[in-house]
Amino acid sequence: MKKSQKEPLFHIVKRDVLPWYKAWGIRAIAIVVALIVCGIITTVTTGLNPLKVYGAFIQGAFGSGRKVWITFQNMSILLIISLALTPAFKMRFWNIGGEGQVLVGALATAACMITLGDKIPNVLLIIIMSISALAAGAVWGLIPAIFKAKWNTNETLSTLMMNYIATQIVAFFTIVWEVPKGSFTVGIINQSTNAGWLPQLFGSKYLLPIVVAAVVTASMYIYLKYSKHGYEIAVVGESEKTAKYVGMKTGKIIIRTMVLSGALCGLAGLLLVGGINHTITTTINSGQGFTAVMVSWLAKFNPITMIFTSFLIIFLERGAGEISTNFGLNQSFADILTGIILFFIIGCEFFISYRIAGRKSSKEN
Amino acid sequence: MFDIVAFIPRAIGQSVPLLFGCSGEIITEKSGNLNLGIPGVMYVGGISGVIGAFFYEQSCAGGDMNGFLAIMIPLLCSLTGSLIMGLIYCLLTVTLRANQNVTGLAMTTFGVGIGNFFGGSLIKLSGADVPSIALSRTSAYYSKALPFAANLGWFGKIFLSYGFLCYAAFLIAIVSAIILFKTRAGLHLRAVGENPGTADAAGINVSKYKYLATCIGCMIAGLGGLYYVMDYASGVWSNDAFGDRGWLAIALVIFSIWNPLIGIFASILFGGLYIVYLYIPTGMDYMEFKELYKMIPYVVTLFVLVLTSMRNKRENQPPASLGLSFFREER
Repeated sequence: MKKSQKEPLFHIVKRDVLPWYKAWGIRAIAIVVALIVCGIITTVTTGLNPLKVYGAFIQGAFGSGRKVWITFQNMSILLIISLALTPAFKMRFWNIGGEGQVLVGALATAACMITLGDKIPNVLLIIIMSISALAAGAVWGLIPAIFKAKWNTNETLSTLMMNYIATQIVAFFTIVWEVPKGSFTVGIINQSTNAGWLPQLFGSKYLLPIVVAAVVTASMYIYLKYSKHGYEIAVVGESEKTAKYVGMKTGKIIIRTMVLSGALCGLAGLLLVGGINHTITTTINSGQGFTAVMVSWLAKFNPITMIFTSFLIIFLERGAGEISTNFGLNQSFADILTGIILFFIIGCEFFISYRIAGRKSSKEN
Repeated sequence: MFDIVAFIPRAIGQSVPLLFGCSGEIITEKSGNLNLGIPGVMYVGGISGVIGAFFYEQSCAGGDMNGFLAIMIPLLCSLTGSLIMGLIYCLLTVTLRANQNVTGLAMTTFGVGIGNFFGGSLIKLSGADVPSIALSRTSAYYSKALPFAANLGWFGKIFLSYGFLCYAAFLIAIVSAIILFKTRAGLHLRAVGENPGTADAAGINVSKYKYLATCIGCMIAGLGGLYYVMDYASGVWSNDAFGDRGWLAIALVIFSIWNPLIGIFASILFGGLYIVYLYIPTGMDYMEFKELYKMIPYVVTLFVLVLTSMRNKRENQPPASLGLSFFREER
């Protein structure tokens, strides 16, 4: 190499692990910058005072008691789905089929409510509903897992295809069960008898998903951190070769983890149909299977951190929703803002794991 | 009964957006970038073209439209829109080394949001009663068939009855296959996708190739969105109409084992599968089965995905470093 070659102005160096407060400081800065950019964009497109825009954000998420409950209810559903995907992601199995797994869980729940409602005691019905929703989700996770374990089929695409297959099956049953005929909607199931509706906790219809989410978060944290299964998942994720070398059956681990992942998504489907909406549509999950991927990744697959990231996403969604309804914009405005904020958070990870070294400091090394 | 002469042009019409998306994504993936943002890019490509066409049509509402400008303005807008999306993706994944799956999904959320938001705003601006914008005058230029198509019977209908973007799609697929497999630049690009460390050691500028391939790939994919609005949908933009074609295009990449030439046949096959449910007789009492038939393309994709992985031939595998970021100082 020639001596005269110019040394670049700066170069990129990998950092040691940052202390957590610095890492979160960088993330906080990114979110603040993102919010400023979002404010500017909202002002430009709507001509509003930016302070009013932020006010509307908070208004949308916490404006009234009911809004606070809905915010936390939505957050808990998103949290459950994110937690469901997490063990799979931890072993580098890119399960983006959460959408489909939730849908089949929802479908199984609705099927039980419609066919068995009023024929058997309510307690028995709810037990059967729960089992079938979990089983349906598990099967939907199992199929791509078997392909992956046996033939190393690309899981990103196979789970994606499973989503669309699930959507079409739900569309099929929506027409089979439609009330009234020709409306293409199922309507509220068992509205008069409330058969199969999940019980209300302490008289609040919003509390059940929140409690379930709390339980799932705690158990997932323990499962991943302290159980043998969790350890095996971590090893497979770090290096499949190492796992094979120490005698772990990677195929078995993949299948087991995906069954768990799918079953938890099925649980989210159960809550959506049995506890919240009491009906089924193809869009009942409104893309949360995809959003959950980002929630889980932003939290670095840590169940506790996921509480904050799912809150952040839902807060944005509700806030942007409020802006769109107040100022007559269309609902997709929320997607744009969410997208921008995600870009910033994704980008800031770079500054956590790398630093830019100037020319001078590189000479000192 | 089954009118094949009517079926083939419709299948090909369906296949063109898929082919654009598929060719674009193949070029992107060959550089080692798995861009799951293609659905969003295609929305942005479509809406940017619509915005350009909308304002051009407004500006000459009374007078005649210049045919050249009517084509070039939406085309350039669409290319710019998808180029910006490509640059965002590259900035995050190549320069900032972010996770590609997450970036891609965020791009899809963002892009579909942009499409539907600006689509919605334009619909409001135009003050129409229906939730869609009709740009029939621009569309007329885009879907103009070859002049002698009408007098050649079935031959003209099957081969000559399409707008110019359709032929461009096939041309781009062929040209990209030649560049990928027959030129030095293509060889370098494939080297970057297979093993960026080795390519870097051989003196290939890895970041440059990744940027170029991904941005060009996005621009090609964006044309798919433009074609859909301007030609297939005769200039009518309605929100969410483009549907899940972007995801199907990503699946097609695997179906065509990373070869744009196979992509041509695969996309025509998929275009046919996409609309085949319209041709299966169900009767009015069994409308629900149509929903099941719509499942066919996805089931076939899944099936092919499993089959190619079962056969496990070396030349049919994805680029070795697909989905991974490259950092020179990392071992």
